[in-house]
Amino acid sequence: MRKNPATLEMQKRLSSFSEVSLGLTKEQAKEEAGRCLQCKNSPCISGCPVNIQIPDFIKMIKEDRPEEALKKILEKNNLPAVCGRVCPQENQCEKACVLQKKNMPINIGALERYVSDYASQEQGIIENKAKKDKVAVVGSGPAGLTCAADLAKSGYAVVIFESLHQAGGVLRYGIPEFRLPKKILDRELEYIKSLGVNIKLNALIGRTQTIEGLFKEGFRAVFIATGAGLPQTLGIPGENANLVYSANEFLTRVNLMKAYQFPEYATPINIGENVVVVGAGNVAIDCARIAKRLNKNVTLVYRRSENEMPARAEEVTHAKEEQINLKLLTQPVKIITDEKNFIKEIACIKMELGDADASGRKRPVPVKGSEFNIKADTLIVAIGQNPNPLIPALTKDLAINKNGTIVVDENCMTSIKGVFAGGDITTGADTVISAMGAGKKAAEEIDKYIKHNL
Amino acid sequence: MFTILENKPLNSAVNKLIIKAEQIASSAKAGQFVVILIDDKGERIPLTLSDWDKQQGTITLIAQIAGATTKKLSQLKAGDSIAHILGPLGHPTETEKIGTVVCVAGGVGIAEIYPVAKAFKEAGNRVLSIIGARTQELLILQEEVKRFSDELFITTDDGSLGRKSLVTEPLKELFSSIEKSTHTKYPDLVYVIGPVVMMKAVSDLTKEYSIKTIASLNPIMVDATGMCGSCRCSVDGKTKYACVDGPDFDAHKVDFNELSQRLRLFNTQEKTVL
Repeated sequence: MRKNPATLEMQKRLSSFSEVSLGLTKEQAKEEAGRCLQCKNSPCISGCPVNIQIPDFIKMIKEDRPEEALKKILEKNNLPAVCGRVCPQENQCEKACVLQKKNMPINIGALERYVSDYASQEQGIIENKAKKDKVAVVGSGPAGLTCAADLAKSGYAVVIFESLHQAGGVLRYGIPEFRLPKKILDRELEYIKSLGVNIKLNALIGRTQTIEGLFKEGFRAVFIATGAGLPQTLGIPGENANLVYSANEFLTRVNLMKAYQFPEYATPINIGENVVVVGAGNVAIDCARIAKRLNKNVTLVYRRSENEMPARAEEVTHAKEEQINLKLLTQPVKIITDEKNFIKEIACIKMELGDADASGRKRPVPVKGSEFNIKADTLIVAIGQNPNPLIPALTKDLAINKNGTIVVDENCMTSIKGVFAGGDITTGADTVISAMGAGKKAAEEIDKYIKHNL
Repeated sequence: MFTILENKPLNSAVNKLIIKAEQIASSAKAGQFVVILIDDKGERIPLTLSDWDKQQGTITLIAQIAGATTKKLSQLKAGDSIAHILGPLGHPTETEKIGTVVCVAGGVGIAEIYPVAKAFKEAGNRVLSIIGARTQELLILQEEVKRFSDELFITTDDGSLGRKSLVTEPLKELFSSIEKSTHTKYPDLVYVIGPVVMMKAVSDLTKEYSIKTIASLNPIMVDATGMCGSCRCSVDGKTKYACVDGPDFDAHKVDFNELSQRLRLFNTQEKTVL
């Protein structure tokens, strides 16, 4: 049988921000590792965007050599404790596992997490022969961190520029404590710094310093990894009402600024008793589960049915366990406010599913005459993010696509020589691990570019 | 860490801080702001850059004590430091030579009009400034603004200094005297910064005369890099983010009522900590 980690008991779950998944015990992990068939062709590896040598590290767990397993993972993945927690393994390595046919793929994610939690993190080896060339990385999210770590391993002097006051990008401001404890993120960052990567906080590239300026400072190449941080809006009347939050604002206040510990932390969050979250991706589920932990009645509104929800199945299950109401096949059409412009109700319309659209999912179609109102004193809009427009707007000659993503060639280079880009800023919002894959590829390309232009 | 070189009260409600921040000083332009975070448990708050010195590598911030964070800020001493300062942020004010510019500011807004008036003057414009406060004690930077103004009008609500009126009165008189005159021209631009009601009153007045007016908006912000949308405001019926699209906007198109309502969003929370 596939071993799944235990979860925190419900009482503690809802009264704290403690991590929900408890991880595998040593015994469970060894047993789970024992199920691995060690396939010769290792289909799981091809399912992993950063090509972790999965059967090898699993074998080391089985033989109770977690430190070596960690080293094995770190060869390819600089953020194992993060990936073990937030990767959608069900769509990647585990989907490719031959045991998937029996619906019992190896729990690769839980094993990766076990290794990174169990084994004391190996600090990077900084042989520090004076590092030769300087590379600047803009943004300290998954793409930036991965690229920086790989370049540092190849002997470059890397500086990451981060506009916020803490590093990690979406791993810091976006993913809540109960899914990714910040202590774990801090430990991963310590590892990356131990490789010789320098992280410069409070530096908004485009304003504090420009890309042109970075080259003048002697950087040989720049990697832009500023992500998809621009919230999409519903585009309905009343969206600027008070207590209508973008998911980003809500998450930033709670996760980055720790508003749930107000007033010990000075940033407030103001939410009413009846919180509605619109959207059905991981971000929407995160917002809903946070609001639940702030003791509110929470309803998730989604215009399609449960089958089409883009969030990970595990997250949807957790949300349901935590008694978050799902209001499916429902689309908000207007926000109704009181005289002080605070949200009071949301006018909605019922939807039904029509033919499949370009994404292959059934298209939601409004049902005529089905309008109704939901009582809501807070609305969190979590329907997706667009690429961050700041650097394109402030950098002359940087070509962008119609959807706002930065144009890159097959070598990850933008329209400006020596300036590379990757992650959500080139693809639009995607997963942590695909951003890491992009960071890895960019690191290789930057290395080639610099060697070629010596 | 950013070291405070000087922190002195300008009056009972406003402090002036000079802070070492070389990179920000070297890129700063009039109309831009910074976000500060005093310590890791603090709040990110935006403050306009009131002045900067590229040679010394310093910036000047003038903060009104309005909440827990600004109160804490006012209590810091020279030698103390501020954990995080991000900037300069926002589009710089467009200050090329256009002719005559009227700079209007109220309260702590005077700290913010100062670099703008200076930049307009240095670009070769004729600058008329109108600055106002509730009372004489609260009127700051009078000499500094005067230095870069061809004419300076002062108003106070209680008449303790200058004229007893709102800032709109001298402006109104200026316009009506121009209206009656045959040889004077209306100003080419009015720039306004201060409390929302004041900006709205100025904007309503200049609209009657169709005089281009720019307002520098001051909504609640968190990241201030275009990510969270806390600072969104309606301009010409469209949603704009003051942090990256502004802070300067065409005042005649700004929904000031919405802005003023959004500024009250955290009143209850703020009261609990003051």
